[in-house]
Amino acid sequence: MTSPLEQKKIRITGPSVVTANRTWDGAVVYRTAQKGWSTELADAATVGTSDDARVLLAEATADDVGAVGAYVAPVDLKDGGKIQPGNLREHIRAKGVTIDLRVPA
Amino acid sequence: MYAYDELDRTLINERVSEFRDQVKRRLSGELTEDEFKLLRLQNGVYLQLHAYMFRVAIPYGTLSSKQLRRLAHVARRYDRGYGHFTTRQNIQFNWIKLAELPDALADLAEVGIHAMQTSGNNMRNVTSDQWAGVAPGEIEDPRIWSELIRQHTTLHPEFSFLPRKFKIAITASEHDRAAIKIHDIGLRLHRNADGETGFEVLVGGGLGRTPFIAKTIKPFVNGRDVLSYIEAILRVYNQYGRRDNIYKARIKILVHELGIEKFAREVDEEWKQMGDTELRLDRAAIEEVRSRFSYPLYEKLPHMPDELKQAAHDPLFERWRRNSVAPHKVQGYSIVTLSLKPVGGPPGDATAEQMDAVADLADKYSFGEIRVGHEQNLALPHVAKRDLPALFKALDRLGLATPNVNLVTDIIACPGLDYCSLANARSIPIAQELTRRFANHDTAGLIGRLHINISGCINACGHHHVGHIGILGVEKNGEEFYQITIGGRADENAQMGTLIGPAVPYAEVADVVEDIVEAYLALRDRPEELFVDTVKRLGVEPFKERVYATR
Ligand code: HEM
Ligand code: SF4
Repeated sequence: MTSPLEQKKIRITGPSVVTANRTWDGAVVYRTAQKGWSTELADAATVGTSDDARVLLAEATADDVGAVGAYVAPVDLKDGGKIQPGNLREHIRAKGVTIDLRVPA
Repeated sequence: MYAYDELDRTLINERVSEFRDQVKRRLSGELTEDEFKLLRLQNGVYLQLHAYMFRVAIPYGTLSSKQLRRLAHVARRYDRGYGHFTTRQNIQFNWIKLAELPDALADLAEVGIHAMQTSGNNMRNVTSDQWAGVAPGEIEDPRIWSELIRQHTTLHPEFSFLPRKFKIAITASEHDRAAIKIHDIGLRLHRNADGETGFEVLVGGGLGRTPFIAKTIKPFVNGRDVLSYIEAILRVYNQYGRRDNIYKARIKILVHELGIEKFAREVDEEWKQMGDTELRLDRAAIEEVRSRFSYPLYEKLPHMPDELKQAAHDPLFERWRRNSVAPHKVQGYSIVTLSLKPVGGPPGDATAEQMDAVADLADKYSFGEIRVGHEQNLALPHVAKRDLPALFKALDRLGLATPNVNLVTDIIACPGLDYCSLANARSIPIAQELTRRFANHDTAGLIGRLHINISGCINACGHHHVGHIGILGVEKNGEEFYQITIGGRADENAQMGTLIGPAVPYAEVADVVEDIVEAYLALRDRPEELFVDTVKRLGVEPFKERVYATR
């Protein structure tokens, strides 16, 4: 899981979304087609080409007050078009830690 | 305990209101993230996978019960009810909201806790032996010196914009519990032939991408000259250190490139030119700091109280006592380590309830004082031996009496991919699985001292290079893989471990560790031969064979 934070050239190989952390609380958010942010991956705008990814990212990065650290992340649309995280890192961001915590979440 | 003076308190409070204003301007859009990032890092605030992470310093690992209760409060009020103790005497909160951070900082400031020097390219929290001031045979309390250095370097302009972060650790005991050889500067307090106290100075240690063990540049610097000597080191570093390349910016790279002899000569040259500056500490300045550390009024107690004799019949108590209780410099007292490594739990985590309960136990049994060690455990430093049986019962109820200190399940692990945005792979679930595999504490006791260290990437926050068994998460085609090293150690004989072979997938790590341990049990020449000593005697080959023969 090479950290995507150093993303320079954007070249995607499959369906992708733009994700970031919400500024006021740090929550994981996804860029929506309505040019806003949502905490639900299901609401994310998906892109299929590197050009579209670049446009979506530029738009997201411009909203520096709403969210920080925007980057392009892979998703999986196999399950009947339902958006699923494309790798373990994004799975953990979307669904939370994989460990049993001894405290109420 | 240490009492901060007025100046410190004013400084801490100023920082809180400054930060409150900065956060406000950030949230209103007046500050961009680029502008704000440096400011938040100066206050210990990182952005991680799920949220902001907030790192709070516990100088030289000493906490009062009041401070620990306040940390519990922060965990409960602003986070998800727990905190994570790190390998550098800090605590991290994983789920803090930026909008609430100024309040959290303000609550902590009331008890003299702050987050300065927990991030950024400055002088970090000066760490020390968690048994400082109570270990038998100690030359003197190393925290006095940690504090003198802390006062001199906090916000000092020359130290606030270094080429890279800078970490100092101090020990004053024969056995190094502060891992000084893997710090930028390591200081070992000792006495010279004339009976004066001073420091052996080591530089250039560090792990990460290019690991180095620190080397000695000066066998003895008189205590009163330690600040000017450190300053001389930092001037040489500031002058030559690589600011152009983040991977080459740490002092260890400079020491390596110049060579230790040349580096030492440069420092000596610089030091001579500084001459007899105001940095030379006079006795009064040292005494002033010394007087701020208060020690309990110990009672005169028997070496072997009746309570202890009676409890010796309880095998569970005895097993815990032998594992977790260490001798104290004062007769009738002990140092008690509280394991934060329960079977199946995340290493180093403590819940708010546990923190509150430990604070109460510290008030009852340890003069209100708690220590935090680099192994991610806590300690109560002044427990009367007669109270050990009662303390054991209380700790056991809290899940803090796991008798595994220094054993195979006392695992040091970084947050890894579950929390950290830089991670390649997960650390905590690997640690949890290993504690389940070795859940039988009697078996673990028979295996003996064995340190497992896990990092989720090459930054080495889990000190994997110096683990007796080191586990490093790497990535192969999007999958989690782990490189395994053996034979590392972090103490006075510090050394890097040796890679045993190709990385193994997530699901096989625990099996591999079991194989290594079984190989050791078959190979050790007597039960007292420690794992690291067997590896030293035989090399990695027999272990490698065992692990890879069937894979
Ligand atoms: C999750 C947030 C964390 C982040 C983003 C982080 C990041 C880093 C980075 C980038 C480095 C390497 C810096 C360099 O070599 O110049 C580093 C080193 C280090 N970190 Fe962390 N860390 C985190 C958490 C922790 C935790 C939880 C611990 C303790 C368990 C820790 C202990 C250390 C130590 C001891 C080093 C120094 C290793 C050395 O000697 O090179 N860190 N960290
Ligand atoms: S070692 Fe890597 S994965 Fe672990 S906490 Fe440090 S930066 Fe994160």
